[in-house]
Amino acid sequence: MTRTVIDPVTRVGGHLRVEVEIANGVVRDAWSSGTMFRGMELILGGRDPRDAWLLAQRICGVCTGVHALASVRAVENALGVAIPTNARLVRNLLAGAGYVQAHVVGFYHRHAFDWVDPMAALRADPAATSTLALSMSEWPQSSPAYFKGVIDRLTTVVQSGQLGPFANGYWGHPAYRLTPEANLLVVAHYLEALDWQRGIIRIQTLLGGKSPHPQTYLVGGMALAPPWGGPNRGLPGEHPQQVERGSPPALSARGLTDIGTAIADARTFVEQVYLPDILMIAGHYREWAGVGAGLGSYLSYGEFPGDDSTKPALFLSRGRVMGRDLARVQPVDQAGIAESVAHSWYAYDDGGDALRHPANGQTNPSYTAPTQPSATLEGSDRYSWLKAPRYQDEPMEVGPLARMAVAYVEGQKDVRAAIDGAAASLGVGREAFFSTLGRTMARAIEAQVVARQLDGWLEALVANLATGDLALADLTRWDPGTWPGEARGWALGESPRGALGHWVAIRDQRIDTYQLVDATTWNGSPRDAQGRRGALEEALVGTPLADAARPLEVLRTVHSFDPCPACAVHAYVPGAGGPVQIQVI
Amino acid sequence: MTRADDSLYAAMLQRGMSRRTFIKFCTAMTAALALPATYASRVAAAVSAAPRIPVIWLRGQGCGGDSAAFLGASNPTAAEVLLDLLSVEYHEMIMAPAGAAAVRSRTDVQARYPNGYIAVVEGAIPTADGGIHCMVDGRPFRDVVRDVSGGALATIAIGTCAFDGGSPAAAGGATGAVGVASIVSSGSLLAMPGCPVNSANLTAAIVHYLTFKQWPATDSRHRPYFAYGGLIHNQCERRAHFEFGEFVLAWGDEAAQKGWCLYKMGCKGPETNANCPTVRYADGTSWPVKAGHGCVGCTMPGFWDAMSPFYRRLPPPLPFAPTVSADQVGQALVGGVAGLTVVHGAASYVRQRRVGAQERRDARVAAADGALPRQDPPGGDPDSVQPPVPADPTEPAELTETDEPSSSDREDVVAIEGPDPAVPVDTAVPVDISVPLDTAVPVDTAVPVDRADSPDLEAH
Repeated sequence: MTRTVIDPVTRVGGHLRVEVEIANGVVRDAWSSGTMFRGMELILGGRDPRDAWLLAQRICGVCTGVHALASVRAVENALGVAIPTNARLVRNLLAGAGYVQAHVVGFYHRHAFDWVDPMAALRADPAATSTLALSMSEWPQSSPAYFKGVIDRLTTVVQSGQLGPFANGYWGHPAYRLTPEANLLVVAHYLEALDWQRGIIRIQTLLGGKSPHPQTYLVGGMALAPPWGGPNRGLPGEHPQQVERGSPPALSARGLTDIGTAIADARTFVEQVYLPDILMIAGHYREWAGVGAGLGSYLSYGEFPGDDSTKPALFLSRGRVMGRDLARVQPVDQAGIAESVAHSWYAYDDGGDALRHPANGQTNPSYTAPTQPSATLEGSDRYSWLKAPRYQDEPMEVGPLARMAVAYVEGQKDVRAAIDGAAASLGVGREAFFSTLGRTMARAIEAQVVARQLDGWLEALVANLATGDLALADLTRWDPGTWPGEARGWALGESPRGALGHWVAIRDQRIDTYQLVDATTWNGSPRDAQGRRGALEEALVGTPLADAARPLEVLRTVHSFDPCPACAVHAYVPGAGGPVQIQVI
Repeated sequence: MTRADDSLYAAMLQRGMSRRTFIKFCTAMTAALALPATYASRVAAAVSAAPRIPVIWLRGQGCGGDSAAFLGASNPTAAEVLLDLLSVEYHEMIMAPAGAAAVRSRTDVQARYPNGYIAVVEGAIPTADGGIHCMVDGRPFRDVVRDVSGGALATIAIGTCAFDGGSPAAAGGATGAVGVASIVSSGSLLAMPGCPVNSANLTAAIVHYLTFKQWPATDSRHRPYFAYGGLIHNQCERRAHFEFGEFVLAWGDEAAQKGWCLYKMGCKGPETNANCPTVRYADGTSWPVKAGHGCVGCTMPGFWDAMSPFYRRLPPPLPFAPTVSADQVGQALVGGVAGLTVVHGAASYVRQRRVGAQERRDARVAAADGALPRQDPPGGDPDSVQPPVPADPTEPAELTETDEPSSSDREDVVAIEGPDPAVPVDTAVPVDISVPLDTAVPVDTAVPVDRADSPDLEAH
């Protein structure tokens, strides 16, 4: 039995350490450790609740905006604010564009090198690569000359001796299976995806002012305003504004057209590049449909409200799929969420290990790892800055696979068609999705499903503005004087990486307590009081390794979760006057 | 383009850039650096001739937003930066190797290019409890930064967290988070705050180095003048509405739809130094004020505390202060704590509940100096040798007409490569600091009369 330490785990958002025990070429046990702690909720305490989203947003700049959305929703829930139709649609567009970006970037720039060997791509035949590309999709960048150019560009980099991000990869590892041509194709798309992002970023910048960290959210709606009189009415005569062609107001006719164009471009890339690449790669790695199954329990809070009621229909459903049973979805109640710190670097006041609901949680930091530099966490009973969230005492997996599983059972048409189609094209059953490969495929399928829906939200927004409804914010609770002395609220929603919940308590117009449980807190969770592993740890058990010194296969399963430990570690402090306590969730 | 440009273009082509990209890139860089357009060819020459500079990009207590901004850059794109301009040898978010192999990528560069690589630091550095709140490879992040920065050609602190600790250092933080300047004392240090940094400014700073072999001139907090030399308020496209007394008074009101001034909604543009209005984000697409929300002051020291609550209206800005530098605004803030200026004192008083330890230290220094906000001409700092300072890009022409150099002057200015440019572009119009120190100034007297007054929930 050997213990292998991977620190830093790269191509993740934040700081992650993974340790695995290997025997006979198979992972027997695994530990996931978040190694960075900021204390964001501690910092939120005492502030104006209307400012909270700005600070909460800074928890994550990678799938940006998700914490801003969760935060304004939690405060709106506490204060009883209902946002206008336009604001709901703009929020869906901002968040939805973020899903498409996060999934494409999450695959090409954080996950692809686990399956693709760029050094092998140098040996590819450009003409054969072109043939392969044309057999997969209609994407126009597919000529032999184009692929020859990519090889030349790569060759220049390699010959310079400065390999940049490609240096010291596990190149030539026996677990790489793609042909040189397939490798070249994906490397070309790796570079294209860097450029492609700009279209999505343009959507976010038009609607949010900048990206990352869009800055147009408000408690009550959005700070965007349509041009005076509506998008189709021209600008006010008394102070004509200069409208630059490249920089129209988001909700002007030209701005909305630009957003529509960017959405179409984004969708085309997902349909003609991302999804075909994933299916091609999956065809070379079919055995990975049997690796990394993990817990088999999936949790989705649901996302993208489809109407303005208090219990709106969700485009991606809320629910749980337990024991890989695709026959039924079980309900989700926020009261069922609780956290353990039995193996985290915190301790409850009473010294016990009982689970606590986030609203009642408390933790004092209690760092007990070996002194630095620490070669291993072996022997450390507590080993992470992440807490261990549980639903009704069960560890759960969250993320695109969980959402797709729930939506599939709920009968979401687009999801059913995409999953059944992908399974058929690979010649596998739908149960193959409960795997490392399935997680990666579900992410691509979700990107397509959401990319197709963006147009629907944009059309609804254009139609609603055309009716003369120009409202983007409900200001009935903007003035703190209208607030009750005490209020509590929460918001359950989704981020690209999975389920995200925020809880806020307001007292005397200030934040009293603030807490959140993030997707990677679920997936990257350490063990709980009963010693049960978190989702990532469980999925790693049983992973075969060709070369223990170069644990490429471990990275495959780690990155199939697209972990973001930066999001997952936080702290909070109760209101002024109380003892300082830190909550990590 | 001239024949010389054509040969440069050929060199760029060899690196895989298209002609269109090449032209856009050079134009964008000269614009961001406020160089005359004729400098595009010089920028291109420098960029095409330079070997790719190795970069070690370290991430501490941060959200990854600066990396995301860098990877989403427009002109040049991230693909071009990664393959053509820089050699990003260590960046945990994108690099292929992990664990020991990743660490080797870092130590290889340190060994192969002593004093020849750029260290980029993103995120704050926790110092409490021996640095246990951010560990990489079992070592405190603080030690990694010192190690890497010690052998670097220059260190660039990217984003607000690396600038002064940012959000982890805001009131309530418990990890002893600090910025790079607090733990790195030697060598060239550039600070590029912003949450996140504007990637155009980051690339422009590097291109400045490639072009002039010097880092851009900076203020006392290491912020380059080209990006942080001017107030947002003075460059804002909504500024005319401020002068006319045309204010948004409620979100989504008629004034908001007409794009009027957001000052009364809490915009921090009057006290924030950055070039957001001119460079904007995503290839000039937009920036927060354009989109409809006030500036929150994210480039300024301690902004999470000093600028919040974010929807509370600032006291009236100095009526005519076209040349206020970031240093002066910072000093005015802490000067208020020290009771030195009334106007900004009022601003600081209401916001000082969370002034951080760094500000208090500065306040003591300012008080000891008896310092009023002072003019600090670029290059005038005796402690540092300043590279050439191009004409301040950020000032609206109508405000700096009196001291705007002619176009030929401007060329001379940027042509200077020596360490003593002494370009007094910023010095002609002094800040109005004639407000009597002990006179209470009614907060609203300097504010233009509202054209359409209505109940203002956020009024003082």
